[in-house]
Amino acid sequence: MSFRKIGFGLAAATMLAGLALPALAQDSVYVPLFTYRTGPFAGSGTPIADGMHDYLRMLNERDGGIGGVKLVLEECETGYDTKKGVECYESVKGKNPVIVNPWSTGITLPLIPRASVDKIPILSMAYGLSASARGDIFPWVFNPPATYWDGLSMIVKYIGEKEGGLEKLKGKKIGFLHLDAAFGKEPIPLLQELAKDIGFEVALYPVAAQDMQNQSSQWLSARRDRPDYMIMWGWGSMNGAAVKEAVRSGYPIDKFYSVWWPGEDDARSGGAGAKGFKMLNWHGVGANFPALQDIQKHVVDKGLSKAPKDKVGELLYNRGVYNSLLIAEGIAQAQKVTGKKVVTGEDVRRGMENIKLDPARLKELGLEGFTDQLVLSCADHNGHRAAFMQEWDGTKWVKISNPIEPMTDRVKGQLEAAAKDYAEKNAGWPKRSEACDKAS
Amino acid sequence: MLYREAGQFKTNYVADSAIFPLRQDRIGLGLIIIAAYALAFMGSDFLLQAVLIPFLVFSLAAIGLNILTGYTGLLSLGTGAFMGVGAYACYKLMTAFPGVNVIVWIFVSGFFSAAIGALFGLPSLRIKGFYLAVATLAAQFFLQWCLIRIPWLVNYNVSGALDAPLRTLFGTPIMGPNATPQTRYLVVLTIVILLTWLASNLVHGRIGRMWIAIRDMDLAAELMGIRPLQTKLLAFAVSSYYCGVAGALLVFLWYGGAEYDVFNINQSFFILFMVIIGGLGSLIGSFFGAALIFILPIVLGIVLPAILAPFGLSVGADVIEHLRFMIVGALIIFFLIVEPHGLARLWQIGKQKLLVWPFPY
Repeated sequence: MSFRKIGFGLAAATMLAGLALPALAQDSVYVPLFTYRTGPFAGSGTPIADGMHDYLRMLNERDGGIGGVKLVLEECETGYDTKKGVECYESVKGKNPVIVNPWSTGITLPLIPRASVDKIPILSMAYGLSASARGDIFPWVFNPPATYWDGLSMIVKYIGEKEGGLEKLKGKKIGFLHLDAAFGKEPIPLLQELAKDIGFEVALYPVAAQDMQNQSSQWLSARRDRPDYMIMWGWGSMNGAAVKEAVRSGYPIDKFYSVWWPGEDDARSGGAGAKGFKMLNWHGVGANFPALQDIQKHVVDKGLSKAPKDKVGELLYNRGVYNSLLIAEGIAQAQKVTGKKVVTGEDVRRGMENIKLDPARLKELGLEGFTDQLVLSCADHNGHRAAFMQEWDGTKWVKISNPIEPMTDRVKGQLEAAAKDYAEKNAGWPKRSEACDKAS
Repeated sequence: MLYREAGQFKTNYVADSAIFPLRQDRIGLGLIIIAAYALAFMGSDFLLQAVLIPFLVFSLAAIGLNILTGYTGLLSLGTGAFMGVGAYACYKLMTAFPGVNVIVWIFVSGFFSAAIGALFGLPSLRIKGFYLAVATLAAQFFLQWCLIRIPWLVNYNVSGALDAPLRTLFGTPIMGPNATPQTRYLVVLTIVILLTWLASNLVHGRIGRMWIAIRDMDLAAELMGIRPLQTKLLAFAVSSYYCGVAGALLVFLWYGGAEYDVFNINQSFFILFMVIIGGLGSLIGSFFGAALIFILPIVLGIVLPAILAPFGLSVGADVIEHLRFMIVGALIIFFLIVEPHGLARLWQIGKQKLLVWPFPY
């Protein structure tokens, strides 16, 4: 009897199998966008989703796609939930997506081993598995433009420079406020290594995912420990809550640094007291770029976007644009490398490895000065690019530093150990069989 | 007509205590099992991977919780954590002893979960109802804390995540990226059928009656000679065993890799809803509940755009998501009002009707 219900499932499922998969035109490229406009992370997810969608849509409207091939865009709502993300992946898999961008470390992890089997490259932009920067071990995964280890080393370097040299950090205390999950804990080994070598002290303040909005105990401890600097590794509502708590507990906000995930709304939640809050970033803020103007003209003004006009150009919106810039560039390069118009996932993987976003190319794309150059290769799927520090002036982000190069030597050590470790633990992890293109 | 019992005589005690006394039920069940296996060869990858495998996994977890909450009457909110224990135990076992077939480890991992479950079941001797729910909530948070903090559990993996290594059965990959949804589905289906068969024997036999006696009135049960300690702990152990196996299947045969966060409190509630909607104290209800809570949103996600499209309404993925939430929520309330005993009860009523059909007397 217990199995009778399967029948229901079957009936429903067969019905849906028939309904799914609308026929795709042969002269288009299918790009699914995993987004989350619902759920607890929607605050961060919505502007990113808008940015991603609008840039690609703009290419469709303005240029008729990429290289004359229209892009078929489809959003799949993940709600930042692994279950739904995997469901999304399965539902788009059959439509020959050229690339997927999971936008959640939790969703990225289950997809990594599948990528090589399904021949669908994964773009996990500055999140996901840091070790996947190694193209020789993870040929199908890309995580440009920098890993979390790069990010941490940049913040420490910046703080060091402010003190007048890294060695001046000796004897200081650095607090590390992080989401208590793989994402937030990842930089800790490097931070501790730096602490040992330079001689500063580290105080860890983990925030459990269910307590993201309530950080009073962490900030109470911070008040007791009095760290000289505070570094934050947070996401979603954790960032806004942290800024608010920092202001409330009277922590000197100008000593509060974050990795690249807070948005305007997070900083705003601290009110006037948040002035001086600093974070890493690697791309421009604002809409003063020709490509973003085109988005305004071709997408937003025509009512094709879900974004309100004033949100275009905000930090996380532009983060979405950057993500789509990489997708578009991967497709464009794939067309160049293969000579085909309608590319497949395998071609785009090659295209991604040939990405070369130098200032000239950026200018051509209407994004001059939007971001630092990015060059990916067969071996390097990350780029380990420099990011800059920006400060919240109460109403907007202001760039306050030149690009800060990561401490490559230290990051490299972490990276190699992690990649080797991953391949070893996953006995039978396939050796890279994909040929490398000659550096173009 | 369809369900005529007439002429089906029970001539001995074995026949009388059969779980499926009706010939029609046995035939129906056989057909469903055959259909389920046939689907492995006819269903699309999406159907197998995104619908049926998770559905079976959640059904198994719901059976586990149903044994505890439905049959023994002990409310638990630690299901997610017990599933996590199973998954992490399975990971440790199969990485430590790669030579032993992984199917063995999937079944063995349930025992770790059972031990932990029995341990956290100890308070159930003193406290009941909501108070016990709070005690198991502690299990949920404590175990989740352990899963995050003890790097040994993930073999010191930097990403802190579990991932499914390549494992084979009879030379065919059943785990890891190279395993096709088809083989994974067959493995999950077989395990779920085996364990459901075992559960149905348990709950219909002496042990199950002890559980039910405890649920209905523990004082009376004790006076009749049923030992509450052993009975309640057994219920916790068996329930956690099922949850543990379901957790291992969830990570290794469905996701193929996961973070601790999969086993959070939401997972516990998710399973609890399935049990309540499906029907407390019913195995078939566990399957119904899993179908309603898990499959229905997927079907809606596909059907809604198709329904709205002809009207020229193209709605975004987020609107669909909101609609899904609203419709599923409304349906849950509807079902609970119409039949508070769950879908299993509806099914039973339907069967009664079929029994006398077409003569309504």
